[in-house]
Amino acid sequence: MAQASRQRGGTVMRHLVLYLGAALFLFPFYYMLVGSLKKDPETSLRGLLPTGLTLDNYSQINGRVDLLQSLINSGIFTGGVILGTLVLGVLAGYALARLHFRGQGTLFAVMLLVQIIPFQLLIIPIYVMIVRTYGLADSYLGMIVPFAINSTAVFIFRQFFLQLPEDLFSAARLDGAGELRILWSIALPLVRPALLTAVLLTFIGPWNEFLWPFLVTKESDMQPLAVSLANYISNIAGRASNPYGAILAGAVVLAAPAVALFVAFQRHFTSSDLGSGVKG
Amino acid sequence: MSTVQSAQKTRRPRRAALLGRHPVGILLAAPYAVFLAAIFAYPLGLAVWISFHDYFFAAPTATVDRPFVGFENYTAVLSDPEVRQSFLNVSKFLIINVPLTVALSLVLATALNSAIRGRTFLRISYYVPYVTASVALVGVWLFLFSSGGLVNEVLGPLAPDPSWLVNSGLAMPVIAVFVTWKQLGFFILLYLAALQAVPKELYESASMDGASAVRSFWHVTVPGVRQATTVVVILAIITGANLFTEPYLLTNGGGPNGASTSPVLLMYQKGIEQGSPDTASAIGVILVIGVLLISLVNRKLLERD
Repeated sequence: MAQASRQRGGTVMRHLVLYLGAALFLFPFYYMLVGSLKKDPETSLRGLLPTGLTLDNYSQINGRVDLLQSLINSGIFTGGVILGTLVLGVLAGYALARLHFRGQGTLFAVMLLVQIIPFQLLIIPIYVMIVRTYGLADSYLGMIVPFAINSTAVFIFRQFFLQLPEDLFSAARLDGAGELRILWSIALPLVRPALLTAVLLTFIGPWNEFLWPFLVTKESDMQPLAVSLANYISNIAGRASNPYGAILAGAVVLAAPAVALFVAFQRHFTSSDLGSGVKG
Repeated sequence: MSTVQSAQKTRRPRRAALLGRHPVGILLAAPYAVFLAAIFAYPLGLAVWISFHDYFFAAPTATVDRPFVGFENYTAVLSDPEVRQSFLNVSKFLIINVPLTVALSLVLATALNSAIRGRTFLRISYYVPYVTASVALVGVWLFLFSSGGLVNEVLGPLAPDPSWLVNSGLAMPVIAVFVTWKQLGFFILLYLAALQAVPKELYESASMDGASAVRSFWHVTVPGVRQATTVVVILAIITGANLFTEPYLLTNGGGPNGASTSPVLLMYQKGIEQGSPDTASAIGVILVIGVLLISLVNRKLLERD
């Protein structure tokens, strides 16, 4: 009896802690949305109530930052990175998982090593190469190239393909199917749910990335939304009397696509899909 | 090895010895290998090379002399109080962020792993900061933590003066808490995966022995996910070493008075704004060596039995 009531007490505690934590985690999102819809966001507790809503801030931020163009730039940047990550990553992951070729061990070792070197160390030399040597400043190519393949994605794809039974592949090879054909019509359909997870995870990288596109783009009509909003924050915040309404409206526009995609596909964002990649 | 494969091997022994059993694999992996060479290996070498030379930006066609200067860039960087301050700031960041991240993500993952009502909603709540752009979240935090902001409004007379983001003692802790909040979902996900691998029998026998939930957390869960903890700590350290967006935007470029500059922010300011990629590269090399050393030590400590 004592144990049962103690257990019930534990369950209540657990729920309490989890829901309080969740409220704390979600609160800034609520505040972002409500603040973006108020003419002059108030900082008092009254500012928390959704009253007197207007879309004013959205047209104001749109006047300072070309929202549509920025969203298009973000989309092209993100799309390019996803395309590269999927096509080239799947090819490399498949080769590493199911084929035996010279240099395979070395490539695998380098792939693991790459994941502990922070990209930020490489910003200076990559900036020198892409912007100075190849003159790719203010171009989509310059934005996409450093992210076009993601070693973590290659690793995860390799894990996906490793989990498939070998018999499948030897049978197909006996029938005389080429490797590309086996990959396309046998392996890929089997890992399709996992691919969706990979696309979702890849999406949030470039969509949210700030530092690299910030370095490559100086022209405002080439900047992804994260960069143009950040420039607005750092240039205007000091001068405008109440800049927060417009900042929050921009933040909502930047956050909405990633959050919406995530909520819509959240059941693919599971520990088992990711865990297979992490446990190695 | 299956008989088919060994038959193939005898048919084409020389080619197999040279290129491997499936030479087409080289073709499939080639784009990735080329990419690694061009976007990883070469820049890594270039970073080290630049850090040992008197390097400056010039037109790509111009032939300029960039003399070898030995450790000059390194000594310049290490004796620069700004740089020392930035490394100190990151240490402060890590001391707050890493323990907080490990403790909160493990506790929340454990709670989420049990039978709980509304698990989908809870998971979404905890993951959503992770999938949202830092730039967008910084916008809200600026508003919340501004001197007349909601946080100070609620605290009333307890509000710090100067306010959070312009207070040299509080700027870095606010950034550390921001990053903990933003990244926590990812680490909860890692721990949830690791928890699946902890044998259920261990919990059962712990509860048979009359162990409380707290005891079985300490004696079953914590040792059971130790490997994941190593990964979480290393990834949290790498995230901390990469800190840029938050000091750049949240504290207006590492303010007040450099109290929240990070090494990567300095790399940007020195390397690109002020045009000294050589000292910036030296900072980068030192940073990576630091991260690798801490990761190695951490591995030794956490994986020791």
